[in-house]
Amino acid sequence: MSGTVLNEVRKGFYLDSVALMRLSRRIAGMPGIVEAALMMGTPSNKRILQDAGLLSDTGAAANGNDLVIGIKAHSDEAARAALAEAISQLEMPRRSAAEQTTWRPRTIRAAVKAMPDANVALISVPGDFAAAEARKALRRGLHVMIFSDNVAVEQERALKEEARSLGRLVMGPDCGTAIINGVPLAFANRVPRGDIGIVGASGTGIQEVTSLIAAAGGGISHAIGVGGRDLSQAVGGITTLMAIDALDSDPATRRIVLISKPPHPDVARTVLARVARSTKPFTVCFIGAKDADLPPNAHFAATLKAAAEDALGGRAIGADASLSVPAYARRAGIVVGLYSGGTLCAEAQLVLARHGRKVASNAPVPGSHPLSGAGDGIDRIVDLGADEFTRGRPHPMIDPSVRDDMLRETLKDRRVGAVLIDVVIGFGAHPDPAGHLASIVADASRDGPPIIGSVTGTEDDPQVRSRQIATLERAGVIVAPSNAQAAELALAACRP
Amino acid sequence: MEQNSIRDLLDAEIKVVNVGLEGFAAELSAAGVPVIHVEWSPPAGGDPELADLLSKLGA
Amino acid sequence: MQLIEDANREALRRILEGDPVLIDVVPAGQAIPGLGERVLLHSGPPIEWNRMCGPMRGAIAGAIVFEGWAADLDEATALAARGDIAFHPNHHFDAVGPMTGMTTRSMPVLVVENRRFGNRAYSTINEGLGKVMRFGGNDASVLKRLAWLRDVFGPALGEAIRSVGGIALKSLIARGLAMGDEMHQRNVACTSLFLREIAPVLARTSRDPQRLAEVLSFLGSNDQFFLNIAMAMGKAIMDPVRGIAGSSIVTAMCRNGTDFGIRVSGTGDTWFVAPVEMPQGLYFPGFSAADANPDMGDSAIVETIGLGGFAMAASPAVAGFVGAGSASSAALYTKAMGEITIGENPEWTIPALDFAGVPTGIDVRLVVDSGIMPVINTGIAHKEPGIGQVGAGVVRAPRACFEQAVRALAEKLRVVA
Repeated sequence: MSGTVLNEVRKGFYLDSVALMRLSRRIAGMPGIVEAALMMGTPSNKRILQDAGLLSDTGAAANGNDLVIGIKAHSDEAARAALAEAISQLEMPRRSAAEQTTWRPRTIRAAVKAMPDANVALISVPGDFAAAEARKALRRGLHVMIFSDNVAVEQERALKEEARSLGRLVMGPDCGTAIINGVPLAFANRVPRGDIGIVGASGTGIQEVTSLIAAAGGGISHAIGVGGRDLSQAVGGITTLMAIDALDSDPATRRIVLISKPPHPDVARTVLARVARSTKPFTVCFIGAKDADLPPNAHFAATLKAAAEDALGGRAIGADASLSVPAYARRAGIVVGLYSGGTLCAEAQLVLARHGRKVASNAPVPGSHPLSGAGDGIDRIVDLGADEFTRGRPHPMIDPSVRDDMLRETLKDRRVGAVLIDVVIGFGAHPDPAGHLASIVADASRDGPPIIGSVTGTEDDPQVRSRQIATLERAGVIVAPSNAQAAELALAACRP
Repeated sequence: MEQNSIRDLLDAEIKVVNVGLEGFAAELSAAGVPVIHVEWSPPAGGDPELADLLSKLGA
Repeated sequence: MQLIEDANREALRRILEGDPVLIDVVPAGQAIPGLGERVLLHSGPPIEWNRMCGPMRGAIAGAIVFEGWAADLDEATALAARGDIAFHPNHHFDAVGPMTGMTTRSMPVLVVENRRFGNRAYSTINEGLGKVMRFGGNDASVLKRLAWLRDVFGPALGEAIRSVGGIALKSLIARGLAMGDEMHQRNVACTSLFLREIAPVLARTSRDPQRLAEVLSFLGSNDQFFLNIAMAMGKAIMDPVRGIAGSSIVTAMCRNGTDFGIRVSGTGDTWFVAPVEMPQGLYFPGFSAADANPDMGDSAIVETIGLGGFAMAASPAVAGFVGAGSASSAALYTKAMGEITIGENPEWTIPALDFAGVPTGIDVRLVVDSGIMPVINTGIAHKEPGIGQVGAGVVRAPRACFEQAVRALAEKLRVVA
């Protein structure tokens, strides 16, 4: 193959062989270059250059201490350009690597080695792998919070049995909220410290109760999430019982609130028997149950608001709020609820039902109808965080835009008497859910149904509850002190 | 940390190993909670059964 | 799992207590029982002729002619293809060899003894650069050099080493690490230190100035001479770690150009095998990835003891071989290897990492769990026999080997998912 061969020798110029090879590749890639190499002028290297057709007499005369630049090109110009580039690279001062990235552990084992006094693992990997990660964390001495769902129930059971034998907590799977020693984990709120302890199988249930307590000037010791399925028959309430033990012997905790949808009767019996053995007062909130067979030290609460009130020693929440829906805004129609929090959706259904309404939902509580097939004239309370809405989409608490289209449609619907919404703030939530909602409302026509809602969160949350309320009110949303009261207001709005 | 009973946890400064969604680690860090984030990817080439086996073998 | 943790602790103890000494150079047939007529050892896990790569077949033909089992290369090839030669892995006979790893009875082998446990390991002598048998070379020049190693170099080196009672290797390695060697792709410091130590002894024990000059020149012209010593040392250190019940520590990693094989302490001599991967690296002028042979050689024993790719932080320039990798990313490789090993070697430290010890004791559980495969620094051979080295780079051990090992270990320990 013919072509121009150009050599240059730099006497006494040493560069590491790797650096030379990298530079060679770069020069070889230039336009019009057939091949190129930079090598020290040792006999074996000169042989390599010769075999590659890169050696001229100039290069052949070099010795082992000299750097040989060998270039073969289609034209003189290309060869000279490449040589100039090679020389300028050689003469450039050495740059230190800017693309250095720091080492991050790839396993729990390596992470614990780097942070030996870690005490909690927060796991949010796909459900297929969550139990294995949790086991690794447990065996490395950590307590575990599993945010992931879609974990097989057998895995949950085996994991919790192992945790129990180790004396450590497994909060989850499907645990969205915990507050341990003042630290909000996953979706949780900054709540003042106080003497109320919470054990919750529901994330937003914990969020609403702790927020109401905070708004009333109270505080919590800890909120221990147990996972949505802990009180099922298959799991038997293992974490719930351990959490009750822990709060029972915690000197800072003076009363304990249990929040869950109604457990399996066998599990309820076991848990309530444990409650009976405590000397502390309990508030038992089985959302959707009519009542429960409670020991003397426990009060029943049917809603989250009632649970917060009981925990505060019977203080009424939001009684001083003089809220009403202005007459011009009232119209006959159904209540449509668009919820991001599942337990808030449940509570709304209960409040409406208690006032004699017919209610339908995609996550119906006992007494509610399923959403599909529900006719006209029936309130529709939708849980937008349910599986059918979150497949391939973020959860509405992270991304409020999931609710936007439905809200716009609902505001145009003449059959709707009032729209019920929740606004959940805190750790993990959108930075400004109220602002986002306000922008949707601003575009809507003024003669739509009133929007009534509540803000679940505290003053200490990054979004600041009072600021969120102000934003909503400026947008014309009626803000109630609690989700339960929002539902009552929505009800009132539909009775002109 | 072999001790770390539940009692210990409720008294201790919370220090988190975050495995999964990086946003949780970012929030904790912004709030001044000590946290280390694990650059997690499915173990065992994405085989859940082998991943489970590994956790039982003490990985 | 407690059984595994205890077994692994024992494995690490044995690795760190190893005391390797280069004690002799002797003909392979003299050192290795069973290495007789028509027995040929190769690198990597067991493999049959019809699956061997080009360089391996070329080397085998050359070795057969070298031993006089055939008159020329064609006859040698026919002999091999017919099944008249018994092929075995080096590892089955206490040996290791780089690249094609040919070991036959009259080739001189370095003898390394692990004084702590009394076991020995062997490796042939590194032929140098260019057209050599380890890259599949088999022409007259290759055989001539092998004959010279057999008749002149081997005996001279053996006599010198015997006369001083052996050369302790651990401290030599430690000094090499501090001088930029990682003992796989880069051995120039250790080779130089060895030459410094042995040259006066060779001079003392030599009776022929011409031969002495040849021997010293040979040692002085091959930067990679020490590689084979390091390899024999690696095997001598790892062999006592074999067969600890319940241990998940890797005792050998090797390749034959077709398959990659590992052995694990708790599963004894079982090979876990998967196809080798292609090295990623930089090529000499005139060559590219299209010319590359798949990964080959027993030299991954060096990584098995925490050196080579595992000690990349000691050798920043070598990191540049990984495509776009920069010198400062070398430390990240060593840190990553720290996630798949159970300890560090306090006697082999890396100045650039604040004298952290090299990551030691590859744990198959951690490999599969983290998805971090052991990284091996390697030369890249031309896929046609006899052409030689065409580049250098890194290659990863295949995941499948470690997954098989985890399952086998679990079955042995009766642990189910």
